[in-house]
Amino acid sequence: MTATVRYDDVEAGTGIGERTFPVRRVDLVRYAGASGDFNPIHWNDRTAKAVGLPGVIAHGMFTMAEAARLVTDWAGDPGAVVEYGTRFSAPVVVPDDDTGAEITVSGTVKEKRGDNLVLVALTVRAAGTRVLARPTLLVRLA
Amino acid sequence: MAINRELLGREYPSPEPYEVTRGKIREFAEAIGDANPVYTDAEAARKAGHPDVVAPPTFPIILSMAGAGQAVTDPELGLDFSMVVHGEQRFRYSRPVVAGDLVRSVTRITEIKSLAGNELVTLESEISDLDGEHVVTAVNMLVVRGGAEEAGSAA
Repeated sequence: MTATVRYDDVEAGTGIGERTFPVRRVDLVRYAGASGDFNPIHWNDRTAKAVGLPGVIAHGMFTMAEAARLVTDWAGDPGAVVEYGTRFSAPVVVPDDDTGAEITVSGTVKEKRGDNLVLVALTVRAAGTRVLARPTLLVRLA
Repeated sequence: MAINRELLGREYPSPEPYEVTRGKIREFAEAIGDANPVYTDAEAARKAGHPDVVAPPTFPIILSMAGAGQAVTDPELGLDFSMVVHGEQRFRYSRPVVAGDLVRSVTRITEIKSLAGNELVTLESEISDLDGEHVVTAVNMLVVRGGAEEAGSAA
């Protein structure tokens, strides 16, 4: 339960990098199975279109999981995350082809708090649109 | 389309304890494409100070489903699940979930409101071990897209 990044080594404004994660139909099928969320809007175009979506969309929880990877890899320990929250502001549409879509995640230390805690704010985009609104994590550093 | 406000505060306990296994954590980590060894290698997890392999931060969504599933299918609530999208999700962790955990959950309907033609339902799941020690709270806000209006929010 120890982060490898030291609290004293970061400041408000410190960047934690940027990464891009692919998401294809097969990833959604695998995520549906692992999570138990079989809502057909995440694998069936007919259902997705029938409820007014442009097509199959990624599980919000899949996008949230990918976004967290930037932070857990940066902090050095997933157990360092004390709080994690987001709103889902736009769908990640995943076309039925071999390349799918991409989720791009970048982050910054927004503020330092007591008890070695830092607030990390992420920016998460797909096809140029912010798909998560105010995704933030409270992380306990070493 | 209106959600029954009288169910505000209703609680849905998990019917039985959930056993967190190494296999389930591995399956979830592979599904999110995360090769971090603390999710799959008990030795790596111990070196990082954990008693066994750790679950990724969003894994507790699975633990919240025992209660949340009962809530959304409660016939008295009147929720049309085909029109539901995920509006918001938060987790507050007392400690990470690890393999070998036996946990229970209680899910409570904490808010029901209308916004821009949609109904918003918030479910809060308190997940604790069998001694009653808090592990993680999962807060799940669902948007029930209602009326003639198309919601911009979807996930």
